[in-house]
Amino acid sequence: MDYKKKTVILAVIAILLGLLYIFYDLSGNIGYILPRRIIKIVAIILTGGAIAFATTVFMTITNNRILTPSVLGLDSLYLLIQTFIIFLFGSNSLVMMSSNINYLVSVGLMVLFSLILYRLLFKGEKNNIYFLLLIGMILGTFFSSFTSFMQVLIDPNEFMVAQDRMFASVNNVNTDLVYLSIGLIVLATFYFIRFYKYLDVIALGKDHAVNLGVPYDYVVKRMLIVVAILISIATALIGPITFLGLLVVNVAYEFLKTYRHFYLIIGSILISIIALIGGQFIVEELFTFQTTISVIINFVGGIYFIYLLLRMNKA
Amino acid sequence: MLDVKNVFKMYNKKKVVEDVSVKVEKGTITSFIGPNGAGKSTLISMISRLIAKDDGEITIDGQDILKTKNNELAKKISILKQSNAINLKLTIRELVSFGRFPYSQGKLKDKDWEKVDEAIDYMELRDIEDKYLDELSGGQRQRAHIAMVIAQDTEYILLDEPLNNLDMRHSVQIMKTLRRLVDELNKTIVLVIHDINFASCYSDQIVALKDGKIVKQGRTCDVIDKCVLKDIYDMDIDIQEINNRRICVYFD
Repeated sequence: MDYKKKTVILAVIAILLGLLYIFYDLSGNIGYILPRRIIKIVAIILTGGAIAFATTVFMTITNNRILTPSVLGLDSLYLLIQTFIIFLFGSNSLVMMSSNINYLVSVGLMVLFSLILYRLLFKGEKNNIYFLLLIGMILGTFFSSFTSFMQVLIDPNEFMVAQDRMFASVNNVNTDLVYLSIGLIVLATFYFIRFYKYLDVIALGKDHAVNLGVPYDYVVKRMLIVVAILISIATALIGPITFLGLLVVNVAYEFLKTYRHFYLIIGSILISIIALIGGQFIVEELFTFQTTISVIINFVGGIYFIYLLLRMNKA
Repeated sequence: MLDVKNVFKMYNKKKVVEDVSVKVEKGTITSFIGPNGAGKSTLISMISRLIAKDDGEITIDGQDILKTKNNELAKKISILKQSNAINLKLTIRELVSFGRFPYSQGKLKDKDWEKVDEAIDYMELRDIEDKYLDELSGGQRQRAHIAMVIAQDTEYILLDEPLNNLDMRHSVQIMKTLRRLVDELNKTIVLVIHDINFASCYSDQIVALKDGKIVKQGRTCDVIDKCVLKDIYDMDIDIQEINNRRICVYFD
């Protein structure tokens, strides 16, 4: 079976799962339940797609299959922003209560942070991508520590609100924000399209890419900006869940066994959607909302990650 | 013609390449030789714009490489570096087809596939063209990469230690292929090479570097000389003429 057929199979599974989720046990107030479920599915497709897409591109740029965009520190920054707002203004403040404002502030700050980070690091000719990752990681750790510091200082009730933000969840996703995210993701994807053809070549490594006429630095910088924007949108919409990317992109590589990014990107987006819908279904039907989707994703993802490390160790 | 004029490169205030000027005529093989850390790889990387130079000018057929569009340059000059760790599931044929990227931007036409086939035949990889790169021996992989460069069909080909990790048979095979590329297809080849006997037997011109500076540059017979080699390597190297070839005996 070749990768084209496998992609079709993934698409079929994703659609079936989506339909199952929407129509499963549909009773009671259908007029209320159905739109809620549909908006959740759309949110899942958006975030799952954005994260899978961004992670595929990120792994190609860094030439490394165990790095995810979370090393850029965006997840930690998101939590820092949330905690900081609660710390300063309390959980009853407008920014915390209105998800629209919260979303805009979070996306804005995360994108701004990435742009400043890139700007500083790519100044001059010293544009070593691993240096960028190192700085991202250090800042990420710093943000996390600072977040914990503020969390121990605030009122326990306020902490509960902050803790809620630490786990991704689509249960309370806001309809307006879903529409806004669609718009933003479409814009980012549109901007990305002209760089798409370079992905396969960049996967060969920098030397080959430059040799084959790719304006490497120019393209990679722009791709990194798109990655940051997509991750910011996904994180602000449902919460920190970049770990998902590690899982789905690697599964896509293992399953499709191809180097063609067209199929890898579509495949990882589909796997991501399957994982999220499946996870959400388990959350709702098995755990009756006792847990959040990111717990399940992190659990499965963690096991897979250990498996990956063990297997790489053997090879 | 490939013209390198007064090029400098520093890493953390250490001069790696210092005021180097090299001229390479069309249709020749030029070898860069010299001890480790002489700046050979840095020089070849600068010529192929993999790393930026600090000062100086590099032109190809009169065009400054930094003012030429990336894509146009990729049709004129190609580089193969010594480390080729690609961790993708890629067959030889797919790798070679990447050589057509400057022309096709990823959408290969019939003419591109013809070039790919030619390159595969040229490197005698036809019977293993559908094997994956991670199934190949070092020699086969090196030949696959050279086939990719041939498919790229550039006038100038730069190779950074193409004989690294290869046994004698494969080394000779590759050097003969390079010679054929020059003699039959009129390519211009520049390579970094450690084994001075390979440099002596197969190149038209040799550029000897040491500590970032050029020690000697000229026809092969002028550089493969007891005094010159003493200057470069600080070793007494005996030179014997065997079948009209200068062979260096550097084993004490």
